[in-house]
Amino acid sequence: MDINSIFINTAQALFSPVTIAFAMAALGLAIHFGFVGLLNFGIAGFMAVGAYGYAISTLTFGFPWWAAFLAAMAASAVFAVILGIPTLQLRGDYLAIVTIAAAEIVRLLLLSTTWIETTGSADGLVAYADGFRSINPFPDGTYGFGPWSYTANQFWVLIFALIVLAVSAFLLWRLVKSPWGRVIKGIREDEDAVRALGKNVFAYKMQALVVGGIVAGLGGALYVLPSSANPMLFATSLTFFVWTALLLGGAATVFGPLLGAVIFWVLQAFLGSLLPAMAEAGLLGALSSAQAGALRFVLVGILLVVIVIVRPQGIVGDKRELTFVRK
Amino acid sequence: MKSATAENQPVLARGMKMILIAILAFAGVLFASPAMADTVGDEYETKILGNVKNEGTPLQGVKIIVEGNGYTAEVVTDADGKWSIGVPEAGSYLITLVEDTLPEGIAVLEGGATQTVEWGFTNTVVWNFFIGEGERNPTSQLDQFFMRVFAGLNFGLLLGLAAIGLSLVFGTTALPNFAHGEMVTMGALFTLFLTLAGVPLLLSFPLAVALSALFGWGLDAAVWAPLRARGVGIVQLMIVSIGLSLTFRYITQAFLGGGTEQLPGALGSPEIPIFRTVSLSVNDLVSMGVSLVVLIGFAFWLLRSKMGKATRAVSDNADLAAASGIDVDRVIRVVWIMAGGLAGLAGILWAYFRPGLKWDMGEKILLFIFAAGVLGGLGTAFGAFVGAMIVGVLIETSAQFIPSDLKYVGALVVMIVILLFRPQGILGRRERIG
Repeated sequence: MDINSIFINTAQALFSPVTIAFAMAALGLAIHFGFVGLLNFGIAGFMAVGAYGYAISTLTFGFPWWAAFLAAMAASAVFAVILGIPTLQLRGDYLAIVTIAAAEIVRLLLLSTTWIETTGSADGLVAYADGFRSINPFPDGTYGFGPWSYTANQFWVLIFALIVLAVSAFLLWRLVKSPWGRVIKGIREDEDAVRALGKNVFAYKMQALVVGGIVAGLGGALYVLPSSANPMLFATSLTFFVWTALLLGGAATVFGPLLGAVIFWVLQAFLGSLLPAMAEAGLLGALSSAQAGALRFVLVGILLVVIVIVRPQGIVGDKRELTFVRK
Repeated sequence: MKSATAENQPVLARGMKMILIAILAFAGVLFASPAMADTVGDEYETKILGNVKNEGTPLQGVKIIVEGNGYTAEVVTDADGKWSIGVPEAGSYLITLVEDTLPEGIAVLEGGATQTVEWGFTNTVVWNFFIGEGERNPTSQLDQFFMRVFAGLNFGLLLGLAAIGLSLVFGTTALPNFAHGEMVTMGALFTLFLTLAGVPLLLSFPLAVALSALFGWGLDAAVWAPLRARGVGIVQLMIVSIGLSLTFRYITQAFLGGGTEQLPGALGSPEIPIFRTVSLSVNDLVSMGVSLVVLIGFAFWLLRSKMGKATRAVSDNADLAAASGIDVDRVIRVVWIMAGGLAGLAGILWAYFRPGLKWDMGEKILLFIFAAGVLGGLGTAFGAFVGAMIVGVLIETSAQFIPSDLKYVGALVVMIVILLFRPQGILGRRERIG
């Protein structure tokens, strides 16, 4: 067993664009679920809209990189509004079913060959990152140290993603501390009480859905920024993985989703290297290394069950902030 | 969580509903542009390919559609008239040459524009349409529609088996069970294991259904009953069901691998003509017969037996049922057993319908089970059945009017639109949603 490569893979997951993209998606979901109590099981749909919003506006419409990011945000906002109109008045469980269906609709539309010139169908889209790379301030070379060693392009993506994450987390942190944030938390605790105070609950929910959606959409854009966009990336499993990351860290917090995403991906990278290596060394019986790789997702499922029962507030959460635990 | 009642529903939202529907309706028209690929599905090893020629002249831009086994793809022939479609498995597919894309006066002369692909023993099959100058069959649209309706009824019946279990679990425990798809997978999986272990096929079906029922019982005994006893909230329970779904799905993948397995006799089932051009395979007929018998039997159980009546009572109002002396926990246990068995049966039938057994087959069907349940009204067994038939027929027939790889989108969009206007579903009652 190659202990060294397992260590390197695990360490790299600590700072990777995928981890940061997950943190963004979990952050958006924290606004939806943690702060407003919206049971959004369509976060993969928001990420897909952001990712393809970025890629399509670059490839089809020739947007410069910054406009493509704005387009990704706008597309996610529009998706949030379209999704919110029919669903925000539904009860939680129905909202869950509709959002999961909406995300699947997005994926199936992207998978369809009807718009293959624009979406690339099952092959997805590639080669949209040139504009972003052309403004890379780092000259060619190798950056970082130890296991964290990057080419100039990788380093630029990473730094950029970190900046986006830091700015988003800061803004959301200010937002949930603001009067607006207190209203949406009030909606989570008791919708009728907030309505009795004369607040337009529907409008607040919609605003929160849009804000969280934009953050998740940016996460989607960052998710595909290093290489390629493909509909298979945005299957319902992605939604559930983001949920796992969110609940692990703490749903009703801003720091929790970041922590959760990091733990989730470090664990994934660790198990993803360890289990196949163990299988090759014959420690897992008759399982092949590919089969052993599937076992880490089994552990994700078990982890999700255990957290939500044993510690629903997550690692850094406050149990008093959890309306969903009460009936 | 509580929903807004009709009085304080924002006026804005109601107006926007109309706009949304307009957007949904026009989206298809606005963005529909012709597909240009001459090769799709490169990632699959099994391929259907062919060459469209009229008296030796290659025809470019002719559209070919392949559908079946939950997979659809379409291509347009290249300058040499060639096309190629990769498919997930060597199963039975309907292949259509869209005659409207042929030059004026040219038609498919033999076998009709829609044909069933037959596989030899290789991974590739060459399928050429015999075309030439001639009259296009004017009834082919109608015949195609009938074929689709029958395929839809077949899918709808097995979907109904799965949806009833989901709906009853929701009715009695208020839980939308996201692990229901995996309960469907289990039925097919148990059958595969039993036949591999040497159990005769006809014996392995009832055994697999029994094992699936046992699986439902086990889930309730090990997970749901203890959590109910602890008074765990419904949102937590939903997330637990998601966790269970991931767990069982990836356990299946770990032991089955990523490929597709076939149950014995799934391929090469002889076709029997029914009427006009509609023909169904023996498997399809048996599948529909079994579904019908089980569904009717289940309806009788629900309407006539003491336990069935108790189930409906708990589904209607659990507190009232408990107050009138019904053992609610026992009813819920029975519902889980039933749900497991019915889902398992649906899984077996689905493995023959697709055909094929794959680790993520449950995930693929889950949303349509939900669509069926929501359409009919979650919590009502008969609603789930009606919803399933509608979803099944809608998915198959809509492919005649919209691009065939968007037919699954149609069913999901209909579910969302139904929730806009009649959130309680066709047979549900208003108070269920608020």
